[in-house]
Amino acid sequence: MTTTELPFPGLAGVPTTDAPQNRKEYTSDQEVRWCPGCGDYAVLAAVQGFLPELGLRRENIVFVSGIGCSSRFPYYLDTYGMHSIHGRAPAIATGLATAREDLSVWVVTGDGDALSIGGNHLIHALRRNVNLKILLFNNRIYGLTKGQYSPTSEIGKVTKSTPMGSLDQPFNPVSLALGAEATFVARTVDSDRKHLTEVLSAAAAHRGTALVEIYQNCPIFNDGAFDAIKGTPRAGNADGGAADALIPLRHGEPIRFGVPGEDGQGTKGVVRDTETGGVRIVEVTADNQAELLVHDAHADDPTTAFAISRLTDAGYLHRAPVGIFRQVQRPTYDDLARDQVATASQGTDDRNAALANLLGGGDTWTVV
Amino acid sequence: MAKQVKQLDRVIIRFAGDSGDGMQLTGDRFTQETASFGNDLSTLPNFPAEIRAPQGTLPGVSSFQVHFADHDILTPGDRPDVLVAMNPAALKANIGDLPKGATVIVDTHDFNKRNLAKAGYAEDPLETDQLDEYQLHAVDLTGMTVEAVKEFGLSRKNAARAKNMFALGLVSWMYGRPTETTISFLEKRFAKVADIRDANIAAFKAGWNFGETTEAFVVQYEIKPAPMSSGTYRNITGNLALAYGLVAGAVQADLPLFLGSYPITPASDILHELSKHKRFGVITFQAEDEIAGIGAALGASFGGALGVTTTSGPGIALKSETIGLAVMTELPLVVVDVQRGGPSTGLPTKTEQADLLQAMFGRNGESPLPIVAPQSPGDCFDAAVEAIRIAVTYRTPVMLLSDGMLANGSEPWRIPELSELPTIDPAFATEPNHQTGEGKDEFWPYVRDEATLARPWAVPGTAGLEHRIGGLEKGDGHGNISYDPANHDLMVRTRQAKVDRIADALPPLQVDDPSGRARVLVLGWGSTYGPIGAAVRRVRNAGMEVAQAHLRHLNPFPKDLGEVLKRYDAVMVPEMNLGQLSLLLRAKFLVDVVGYNQVNGMPIKAADLAEAVTGLVESTVGTDPGAASGTADRTHQEVSS
Ligand SMILES: Cc1ncc(C[n+]2csc(CCOP(=O)(O)OP(=O)(O)O)c2C)c(N)n1
Ligand code: SF4
Ligand SMILES: [Mg+2]
Repeated sequence: MTTTELPFPGLAGVPTTDAPQNRKEYTSDQEVRWCPGCGDYAVLAAVQGFLPELGLRRENIVFVSGIGCSSRFPYYLDTYGMHSIHGRAPAIATGLATAREDLSVWVVTGDGDALSIGGNHLIHALRRNVNLKILLFNNRIYGLTKGQYSPTSEIGKVTKSTPMGSLDQPFNPVSLALGAEATFVARTVDSDRKHLTEVLSAAAAHRGTALVEIYQNCPIFNDGAFDAIKGTPRAGNADGGAADALIPLRHGEPIRFGVPGEDGQGTKGVVRDTETGGVRIVEVTADNQAELLVHDAHADDPTTAFAISRLTDAGYLHRAPVGIFRQVQRPTYDDLARDQVATASQGTDDRNAALANLLGGGDTWTVV
Repeated sequence: MAKQVKQLDRVIIRFAGDSGDGMQLTGDRFTQETASFGNDLSTLPNFPAEIRAPQGTLPGVSSFQVHFADHDILTPGDRPDVLVAMNPAALKANIGDLPKGATVIVDTHDFNKRNLAKAGYAEDPLETDQLDEYQLHAVDLTGMTVEAVKEFGLSRKNAARAKNMFALGLVSWMYGRPTETTISFLEKRFAKVADIRDANIAAFKAGWNFGETTEAFVVQYEIKPAPMSSGTYRNITGNLALAYGLVAGAVQADLPLFLGSYPITPASDILHELSKHKRFGVITFQAEDEIAGIGAALGASFGGALGVTTTSGPGIALKSETIGLAVMTELPLVVVDVQRGGPSTGLPTKTEQADLLQAMFGRNGESPLPIVAPQSPGDCFDAAVEAIRIAVTYRTPVMLLSDGMLANGSEPWRIPELSELPTIDPAFATEPNHQTGEGKDEFWPYVRDEATLARPWAVPGTAGLEHRIGGLEKGDGHGNISYDPANHDLMVRTRQAKVDRIADALPPLQVDDPSGRARVLVLGWGSTYGPIGAAVRRVRNAGMEVAQAHLRHLNPFPKDLGEVLKRYDAVMVPEMNLGQLSLLLRAKFLVDVVGYNQVNGMPIKAADLAEAVTGLVESTVGTDPGAASGTADRTHQEVSS
């Protein structure tokens, strides 16, 4: 698809309002019960802050979640909501979004919820491209069940269930989503309100499934998991702290990061690796500047986006690209399903007459 | 040659062959001919779970039994009067079910060393005396078929494939069936392949003419049409009737229907059928698994559609957690379980009723669920409409328990007038239903209707009614999360009471006790209706008194059930399981019912059950001779089942 067709009509069909809205209207009367310092608060604040800006009728917004600390999210928003069961939110939201064109449907899920018990539903939602916005709160731990390792925990993670260290290779949610050919894949961080809001707004505008991985700190069971990329001093990053750890992706711009050099731009950059077919990080020099990879989130082929996603550390997080990895247009499952119904319904104005016809079809005989 | 014509009141025919021989189609065509002729009928397809089990072997045998009569009948019949066997394995697998004197038509073509050995015959049964007790017609059906379709220039293999139509033509002649429907069926079915179409029609006609001219068949049989109450009829299978019932219920409720389903035998045909009816606003979603199927259906229900999910026992196991969520969120949802043999993968293509307790109790916590069961293929329609009525009226998931026998079996079905169907009112919430202390209007999602205890169904898009629901315990009324002990106790009891209230609107149990003097009641549910009815007829015809009742609602039970049970000295409960309804009845009513239990994947045989009922009647009456059932007329007569 071409970039000129963007931005996507993600919210077409959802009724809007001209009346100004504010954060308060989106705040429910329920007391928020996350632990003090939990990253979930920041995400809630960002969402309550940007929802009013969409200009949608509040009653046409629905949040569906699974189970986990993060999945309590819908209770705190004064929209329609369902706090469902562990891992199943994408399936439930698929039915809702398919049945109702006029709703903006959001899924809130955790790393365990989305990638362990609900992994199957997640990949199928992404592959179908249902009109859903999925917020994956990745704290790299099971919070609600008090601190077992999760499918995104680094190998060797010592938890109550893995006293000698965890053994299994973690998922990289962005790679996974790209592998499932998701049409919108992004990553952001709980503490960066501006970036979070930017990415969420782009997700809202996308028609199709949008997966947004949010790095979220759990100060109780996995504190500091994101300190290195946040540049927190105690994480002891050797060189430039956050600047050196986060690789910001901006569509149409060369991928550069690291402590700014004389030109005010990052001294590190990403180039194609002709040997592996992937990408690698280089010190930017006058010689290689022209080779820097220009980020194309709209590329039909997800290969390069996948290669970029591989720059994420699988172990403790010292480095991660953030921003929108992929943003392409593909027909959505729910639009197509409704189209089929609309096509088939042409000429069936009277459901009762059609029903009488259906029941009375086939080989019949009459007894008088 | 002049043929004799003999009158019969009923016949049971079984077509048997290799799974690749088209026996289901043959049986189905014979059934359609029979239906349009006006006989009452009942059918039983029986096929292997493998799509193509090894050719010529016993596991690869597929059969289709049809029972038809000049009067009303209730079952596909216990023992076939006629067997059509297309190969040695089909003969071997079925001959044991035939009574002495039955007619056996055998295609001799495959009776060679190799195929005899595959079927486990050491000697050719056609050349020994093992079939002497039967009226054997050994004919080279395949050879005659190939000869009859020669002119169309098909390969030998393709030519031979029309042998099922030759057999159908022959049997259609024997029983004077009308042929037009089959010919026009073949014209349509093979419209795009002219040579195959013509070959099938030619084989069908050749089979008919063979019967007419050969000296091997001297008798033609006549079975008069059965008297039926007036109306327009069609022949229908349980799965088709169930799918139609779902569409009809959705139309009656004026709701779009959303089906979330994952393919599984014997329920897939409902998914296939509903997928054809998008013009009724039906959305069918083939999910990644059963959990997603029901999840999507529940999500659609939350959005104001009628959520439906269809599956069999293994799928119910996967759906249990979501059913629990539907119980908690009190949303309408219809869960269809077409039961098959279990546990685990069990017997996918065979029938069983062993999911009743799973439906009743197969979830964590106190999780009550209404259960509705159809009793015959055509009745699947009404049962589906009833399940929707309950789901929508009471805002609850409802389990609809069909089974493999109902799903694939068929019977004539009187097409209902739409005016006979109940109107179903979703009564969506449109405005706030509660005032705060400060006089502010609010919406409370768990305020209940006084009569039904149903909560309001407020769908997204309705301004002012924004609310959150979920699987955590709800506070009474306001519906916010509540961990309060007293509230939980109240909510558990309220959810139970809501399901119990459904019985308030149910009609009393219909008990068929013609003299009013029977001391034994036979009580059943689901597809055992036919065999029980047939058995009861036999017992009554033998001069004994016995009452019969059948449960449409398994949860809640009709209000007068306890009282009905206590009216009888003995109650027999036939089931295709080890006594699941018996367990419920004993627990609830402290009545020591007598189970009649069979779990062999096949319907209960009327004759066997009649014997058991007779035994119970005799022992019950025998314990108190003064009260012996005093009917004068004890003439024994042949009855049909
Ligand atoms: C069927 C089922 N299995 C297990 C649980 C227990 N459980 C609740 S949340 C959870 C893990 C949550 O982890 P995550 O999705 O990462 O969410 P977080 O609490 O970290 O936000 C588990 C195992 C459950 N509620 N349901
Ligand atoms: S346990 Fe962790 S994730 Fe859960 S609320 Fe507390 S801080 Fe947040
Ligand atoms: Mg987590």
